[in-house]
Amino acid sequence: MSPVDTRRLERAMPFLVIGGALLLWQAVVRVLAIQQFILPAPTDVYEALLEYHDPIFASALFTLENTIAGFGIGIVVGLVLGSVIGTSRLAYAGLYPLLVGLNSIPKAAIVPILVLWMGIGQPPAITTAFLLSFFPIAVNVATGLATTEPELEDVLRSLGATKFDILRKVGIPRSLPYFFASLKVSITLAFVGAVISETLASNDGIGYLMVQAASQFRTPLMFAGVSVIAAMGIITYLIFVMIERRFTGWAMRKHHNPVVVGGG
Amino acid sequence: MLNPRTTAAVMDDAGAGRAFVDIAGVTLRYGAGPETQALADLTMQVKQGEFAAVVGPSGCGKSSLMKLVTGLLPPTGGRVDVAAKNVNGPLKIVGMAFQNSTLLPWRNILDNVMLPLEIVQPHRERLRGNRAEYEKRARGLLESVGLGGLEKQQPWMLSGGMQQRANLCRSLVHSPQLLMLDEPFGALDAFTREELWAILQELWLQQRFTCILVTHDLREAAYLADVIFVMSARPGRIIATHRVDLPRPRTVDTTFDPAFVDLVHRIRGQIAEARGGKATASTRGAG
Repeated sequence: MSPVDTRRLERAMPFLVIGGALLLWQAVVRVLAIQQFILPAPTDVYEALLEYHDPIFASALFTLENTIAGFGIGIVVGLVLGSVIGTSRLAYAGLYPLLVGLNSIPKAAIVPILVLWMGIGQPPAITTAFLLSFFPIAVNVATGLATTEPELEDVLRSLGATKFDILRKVGIPRSLPYFFASLKVSITLAFVGAVISETLASNDGIGYLMVQAASQFRTPLMFAGVSVIAAMGIITYLIFVMIERRFTGWAMRKHHNPVVVGGG
Repeated sequence: MLNPRTTAAVMDDAGAGRAFVDIAGVTLRYGAGPETQALADLTMQVKQGEFAAVVGPSGCGKSSLMKLVTGLLPPTGGRVDVAAKNVNGPLKIVGMAFQNSTLLPWRNILDNVMLPLEIVQPHRERLRGNRAEYEKRARGLLESVGLGGLEKQQPWMLSGGMQQRANLCRSLVHSPQLLMLDEPFGALDAFTREELWAILQELWLQQRFTCILVTHDLREAAYLADVIFVMSARPGRIIATHRVDLPRPRTVDTTFDPAFVDLVHRIRGQIAEARGGKATASTRGAG
């Protein structure tokens, strides 16, 4: 195979794999004659998507809103926390254990508390999305800031640079790849958070739609909901990959990307 | 108001070869106890426009000395003066280069070299209005070290030796009065190192900045320096001072000159002794 063919194949691989999996799924359902309420065939899911496209679209929009709102707050809080932790040893010592503890709590366990405080619907969904998404951002920004070479800092200080100069010329550019890498992880986590909360405490959104569909054994509709969430996750992820390439292309030549810490 | 006569006198003093860097009886400790003492009663003087090298066994506190002179670290005892002023905070007239080239990977070579101009006064304020003029200066410097035409390359596209050349340009672009080099060529292969010695010597001959080079390479010290200070093992102090009277510009051929070889051998012996006599016998035998 010529290099061009290899590259074409590489680009086609995601679609080939997804297409192959769908075909296999369809074949298994048909051959084993599995009943629709247990496992619907891809064609059934597609039909459900067409049939219910209005409520699905409305729910998806609601979920997307919650996700983006929670993610937006997550970016702001994550950036501020990460900057503080990354530049101050005291803040690192004090805050880091707390953050790790907070991050290791299953967020499904927090939703009832949020409901107690905020009622159901949008507020707990946004908050859960935020809680899931800020942590990777904070940790990655902190890592980026903390990895400034001490020699470089000496060079700049001996030129009369202030702490702010060093942050602006070195710290922030150095942490950008970490920041953008964390964004792609965080946006998918924000979806998870929003859907968890909607499943437990909401009258709207994809999560609620799926709970409803489950209670009526409309399995194709449930799968339609899942596929819509997956599609939104993939699309937002790709958007952030593009933003990352655009802003931090210089960091991409290395084969290892910054380590991304996630949570659930 | 400055008295014009006093100002003139100070400038005369400096110009007449009075010590530009004056380190008097400096002690440095990182904590309590004898183990943490890095420097003990260290005294050395470097004249304006002089090229000094500091050599010594590893871990003798050479890098601490760098930080002392540049004011990044205050001495525990004694006094450091630069340009007839007591050093009590980071100096703002220094260029520095380390073994690790620390070029910023998100900037191209030209922008990397121009980084000090974005920080040092008065260039910082003039940069925006006079960008073309400053860029010309940076390009000229890059040209003089053989990096002409590579200004727009990213650092990682360049070899280690080329990165170190760019690093030298960065440390000199703001015309510092004092250049501090901490084993700048330590990570390079022998041939590249010799090339860079010649380049550094060329730059120094043109600009005549005061330079302190910390190195463990005795040939490097003898090739480049006017004066070589030999440090003892930790806690470091100066145990010998050698004037290098070889004519300039020196070349790789100079390093085979008997006077050069003899000097390197003498220093090697002193450092071996400073390490506690462990290597003395073998070094002498080889010499």
